[in-house]
Amino acid sequence: MAADVLRLESVSKVYGTGDAAVHALDRVDLSVQQGEFVAVMGPSGSGKSTLMHIVGCLDVPSEGRYWFAGDDVSRMTENELARVRNRRIGFVFQQFHLLPSMSAWRNVELPLLYRNARDRRGSAMRSLEQVGLSDRVEHRPTQLSGGQQQRVAIARALVTDPDLILADEPTGNLDSGSSREVLGILRDLNAYGRTVVLITHDPNVAAVAHRVVTMSDGHLQDDVAA
Amino acid sequence: MNPLRTFETGLRGIAGHRLRSLLTTLGILFGVAAVICTVGIGQAQSDVINARVASLGSNLLTVSPGSTSVRGVFGGLGSANTLTMDDVNGLASKDNAPDIQAVAPVVQARESLVSGASNWSTQVSGSNRDWLVANARTVESGTFITTSDLTAHAQKVVLGSTTAQNLGATVGSSVTIGKVPFTVIGILNTSGGQGFVSGDDLAVVPITTAQDVLTGGSPNSVQRILLSATGADTVGSAYQEADQLLLNTHGATNAANADFNIQLQSSILSTAQSITQTLTILLASVAAISLLVGGIGVMNIMLVSVTERTSEIGLRKAVGATPGDLLRQFLVEAATLSVVGGILGVALGLLAGVLIPHFTTIAVTITALPVVIAVAVAAGVGLIFGVYPAARAARLAPIDALRAQ
Repeated sequence: MAADVLRLESVSKVYGTGDAAVHALDRVDLSVQQGEFVAVMGPSGSGKSTLMHIVGCLDVPSEGRYWFAGDDVSRMTENELARVRNRRIGFVFQQFHLLPSMSAWRNVELPLLYRNARDRRGSAMRSLEQVGLSDRVEHRPTQLSGGQQQRVAIARALVTDPDLILADEPTGNLDSGSSREVLGILRDLNAYGRTVVLITHDPNVAAVAHRVVTMSDGHLQDDVAA
Repeated sequence: MNPLRTFETGLRGIAGHRLRSLLTTLGILFGVAAVICTVGIGQAQSDVINARVASLGSNLLTVSPGSTSVRGVFGGLGSANTLTMDDVNGLASKDNAPDIQAVAPVVQARESLVSGASNWSTQVSGSNRDWLVANARTVESGTFITTSDLTAHAQKVVLGSTTAQNLGATVGSSVTIGKVPFTVIGILNTSGGQGFVSGDDLAVVPITTAQDVLTGGSPNSVQRILLSATGADTVGSAYQEADQLLLNTHGATNAANADFNIQLQSSILSTAQSITQTLTILLASVAAISLLVGGIGVMNIMLVSVTERTSEIGLRKAVGATPGDLLRQFLVEAATLSVVGGILGVALGLLAGVLIPHFTTIAVTITALPVVIAVAVAAGVGLIFGVYPAARAARLAPIDALRAQ
């Protein structure tokens, strides 16, 4: 049996205090195994963004434990969390978050700058090749289509060879053609053994995943294999 | 992130906003250039005054008539003049004033000098042989006025180098001063400016001759008496001796009703020196404030930059930048802007140091110290004012920063 990449044990996230306290997450349990492709579904306000922030080590739980690849992330300092994000998680955002003043390969290289890696250009090139953008390496984000920009973002997520690809509404800003392209790449990555967690409100998008979990009012409601 | 990558990232941040970065450096640039220029101008003025002090020696005293008659002295010669040849003889006595080595009485008039076809108007002084010592001057060619010239009322003249040149006169030439013929017996060495008139445009004749034919006053009265103490350390006692002697001979009981005034040449110059220093400090302070304003400009731009790049900061955090990485990145940007501004400011300051003396009469002397201090202050200002924006960038929570778009 494959090892857990991540495991949440009774994780709660509370914003505010007293009467104004909002339970964005209420005792959520979730585990994702090596090589899985999991979609987290749910309407806005359901807590799926909060779940994504905690899974992505961008935020820490108020209560409960979060284990990432065997390490207890919920007790980590800010610098340790930065290290986990840098080495083990690749992010794909709805708004791409590419730096406009840098070429495609410079954007892809970015995570490597924070780990003193060697041959950063070579790694960036291989990563861009995986998403089919070898002919666009010197282009600025503004010179690329939305779909191409998101593929650059995926290349950036891949460049550190992470344990987890975390995609937050990756097709939210794309037309249907580009969406299919991006989802196709994510599925291919999963086929080669990458663990992918996809967050979306769109059932059609969630359909590419092998397993769908649904958030509602801070609870993880059902956990069905697709 | 290693320091080289941090530096590279900082530079890329600047390169991404060229116009804004350029405008930011301008504040620092002009601040540094202004500091260098003002200190340079002050230094040059100070050097000029120091050179004058050195050339005059610090042992010169000038006795002039009481201040009430100063304005009328040249017009109403004789009646308004309270200094006489008796005073001169008294001061020249070694018994009365052992610390005074030279006593030069002076009468002056502006006269027209004619030599052949040349015509030149200058200040003609009547004096004695001590004039040379009292003014710390030397004769370049020929001789100076002697005591026997005074006795003989000789029609002999010694010219400053500029005057001689303008008249085309050499030793032995004939020069007519106010229709009276004189023979040039000497030319003075150049002095390069002295007091507030050129020390090279003048003529000196025996005082007896001057009283006869030029100033036309009483043969006993003099306009000023120049005294030279035996050394710099005896100026004080020379002052006391001259003061006491003149108070006695003029029948004044105390300094308050004295009808004369003794000034130390060196004290006039040291006053000028301190005024120059004060002005330099004042100007440099204004320049330093502009440097400070430049620093605030850097902080302002860095704050704008942090706000505008919130999403970039969030992304960098998401891909693994630690708060320390971001702090260093923004500090490098702020410091680089300041240091580049500082270096360009030095270049501009040095350029101005060459151009100002070229196009104006203002001298500029640039020394290494103000340049080094200005650049160091510029870099320091950039770092200090960069800390707050950089700390703000470092403290941003990644999820909040990512949401900003």
